[in-house]
Amino acid sequence: MMNSNAIKLISTLALSAVISACSQAPEMSFQESFRQALETAKPGDVITVPQGTYSFERSLILNTDGVTIRGQGMEKSILSFKGQVAGAEGLSVSASDFTIEDLAIEDTVGDALKVNEGNNIVIRRVRTEWTNGPDVNNGAYGIYPVQTTNVLLEGNVAIAASDAGIYVGQSKQVIVRNNRAEFNVAGIEIENSIGADVYDNIANNNTGGILVFNMPNIAQRGYATRVYDNEVNSNNTANFAAPGTAVSGVPAGSGVMVNSNDQVEIFNNRIADNNTANIVISSYFSANYAGQQELAAEFDPYPEEILIYDNTFSGGGTNPGFDYLVQLRDAIYGVDGAFPDIIWDGIIDPNKADEKQVICVKNGNAQLLSVDAGNEFKGAGVDMQKHDCTVAKLAPIVFADA
Amino acid sequence: MSNFITRALTTALWTTTLVGCGQGEVKHFSVDEYPQALSDWGIIELQGTQLKVHDSAVVYELNTALFSDYALKLRTVFVPVGESADYHPSDTFNMPVGSIISKTFFYAKDSQGRLITTSTWQGDPRDVSTSTHELVETRLLIKQVDGWDALPYVWDGDDAYLSITGKLKKYTLTNQKSLNYLVPSSNQCASCHATNHTNKDILPIGIKARHLNRTSSLYQANQLAHWQSKGMLQGVSEPAPSNALWADQAASLSHRARSYLDINCGHCHNAAGAADTSGLLLDYEDHPKSAMGYCKPPVAAGSGTGGRLYSIVPGHPELSILSFRLDTDSPAMMMPELGRSLIHKEGVELVSAWIAELEGECI
Repeated sequence: MMNSNAIKLISTLALSAVISACSQAPEMSFQESFRQALETAKPGDVITVPQGTYSFERSLILNTDGVTIRGQGMEKSILSFKGQVAGAEGLSVSASDFTIEDLAIEDTVGDALKVNEGNNIVIRRVRTEWTNGPDVNNGAYGIYPVQTTNVLLEGNVAIAASDAGIYVGQSKQVIVRNNRAEFNVAGIEIENSIGADVYDNIANNNTGGILVFNMPNIAQRGYATRVYDNEVNSNNTANFAAPGTAVSGVPAGSGVMVNSNDQVEIFNNRIADNNTANIVISSYFSANYAGQQELAAEFDPYPEEILIYDNTFSGGGTNPGFDYLVQLRDAIYGVDGAFPDIIWDGIIDPNKADEKQVICVKNGNAQLLSVDAGNEFKGAGVDMQKHDCTVAKLAPIVFADA
Repeated sequence: MSNFITRALTTALWTTTLVGCGQGEVKHFSVDEYPQALSDWGIIELQGTQLKVHDSAVVYELNTALFSDYALKLRTVFVPVGESADYHPSDTFNMPVGSIISKTFFYAKDSQGRLITTSTWQGDPRDVSTSTHELVETRLLIKQVDGWDALPYVWDGDDAYLSITGKLKKYTLTNQKSLNYLVPSSNQCASCHATNHTNKDILPIGIKARHLNRTSSLYQANQLAHWQSKGMLQGVSEPAPSNALWADQAASLSHRARSYLDINCGHCHNAAGAADTSGLLLDYEDHPKSAMGYCKPPVAAGSGTGGRLYSIVPGHPELSILSFRLDTDSPAMMMPELGRSLIHKEGVELVSAWIAELEGECI
């Protein structure tokens, strides 16, 4: 509810900035006018970012619905936060009907772009990157919508986030397509979200390529995610997440990983050379995070109704990311051997006898190894009969007309 | 008409008023007319070197207050004559249109202008002078028909000026360290004051019974009783809740620590707040232990975990994320995310002492 007088004042200021631009560094005048435009935005505003690299010492913030931020390209319009001294994000948005496109956000101290609560969010052709490459001191998330509905992420590039490059949390009606996520701990992560389509993305060279997770202590339990038509290759970067974070429990070499989530369809992807396994399915108990005993009672820790079909697998499984997995690989397949394309912790809900509904696999001769983590790996082995099942396929995500 | 001319005219007008009556009126401006100069409001201004609060505005204090880089804070509330706020035992009081709340941030300074972070102040605005103090900013909350507006004014010379975009002010402290003091932008004001992050209404945070229920150091009476006796507050029902003063050794450690977390964290970490995404709730309500952080793993803390596994490990502050995030000044890791660039050592010690006292075990 910013007032029009302030807008008038600011227009005057912006105008004087433009007028005096000849005698000032043009970058300076843009930083200030951009911040003013965000602070005084009205619904319908299109705020443009011209070509250039613009440095900011403190985070930017937008609270107004119906605003578009538009640059001239993710390699041309760059908001740089190298040397940022204040604020936990680069750009923090708390608004609906928000579109941001064609710019880059680099080297933020914390998250690059966070959108906290809002409907109809479009993030398109935005690059978020820590230009120094993978480092535990990089910000946690690149593109981070949380508690959003009808959210479209497309054509983005996310590089070197110390948690997830693209992270959709606690949201509904999500489409993530045509993005490229590389050298993050998690390339693309869908967490506690209901209804997500993740397709035509490239998730290479992360610690884990594409993750579908549920975390406890969150009001919304996630389910119904489709992961298809993606390239998920060589996600073997050593895990550089801060200890204690959920993704710090992701073994390097995980292609597509499902943890504690239900109704996940993984199909028609090309998944190759992920050295723990091309697909990893696990319960909360194998997630390597803490608090399991206390939380299990109030939380569904078991992955269920996971459907895997028609993926193209190659390579992978040769260098598992955790010691206990290496030992298991050595024991079952020999030191020069490899895990099969799918590994699963094998932990099932003791109250549900029918194990078949946990993971259904119709993927040619691809094999699933249950490591039987709940019984000290005693029953580790492959039994594809147990996964010869099917569950109802999910409908595509279609945004309701706004 | 340029702002300069407006300001000059306003100053001229004010001079006339001041000469005529000794003290001007508190003014209310519509959203289209917010003035550039703080003094135009008439609430707070410099007379010579001395800070002057209008007689019709009431100076107030909180029990435990938000930590803001060791800044001293002068708070005032103005309620239009003949109107009154409505008491509520737990929520922000509903205040009449035309109410103005101000908070002025300042420091004592040494002869070289370096800021002193260890000074105290007895709450009397007459003791605040630009010869001994550095005025940094004054934030106003203005109650309009549609709700509250937040306006940051930054001090420069003998007045403070509206700065919607906020400002990063750089100071040197007496210990030679530098201070990057962030004056929040208007939207950043909302980051804390939209305590319900879904409806996004801006609300005062301190104007609650539990924060105000204390004796004023200025006039030695209970503030709620004083407000009610002046007619600016109605409906006070006893017993009114009361947060602790965080440094009050007579209060229990638990009460002091919960009070500290309430005012420093609860504006976001409440069930409808911006930080409900974390599932960690630190306002002074009865929450399940896991929601209050006991043995609770982080959700999206990134490097803010400090490598620790749970928000609170009973008995072990050195293993608790809560202590870590208070005890860092890295913008990526620290909590609160906004409003400080220094560590509140005493606050860290308080919360850590409380965690050390908690019983239980995280398996």
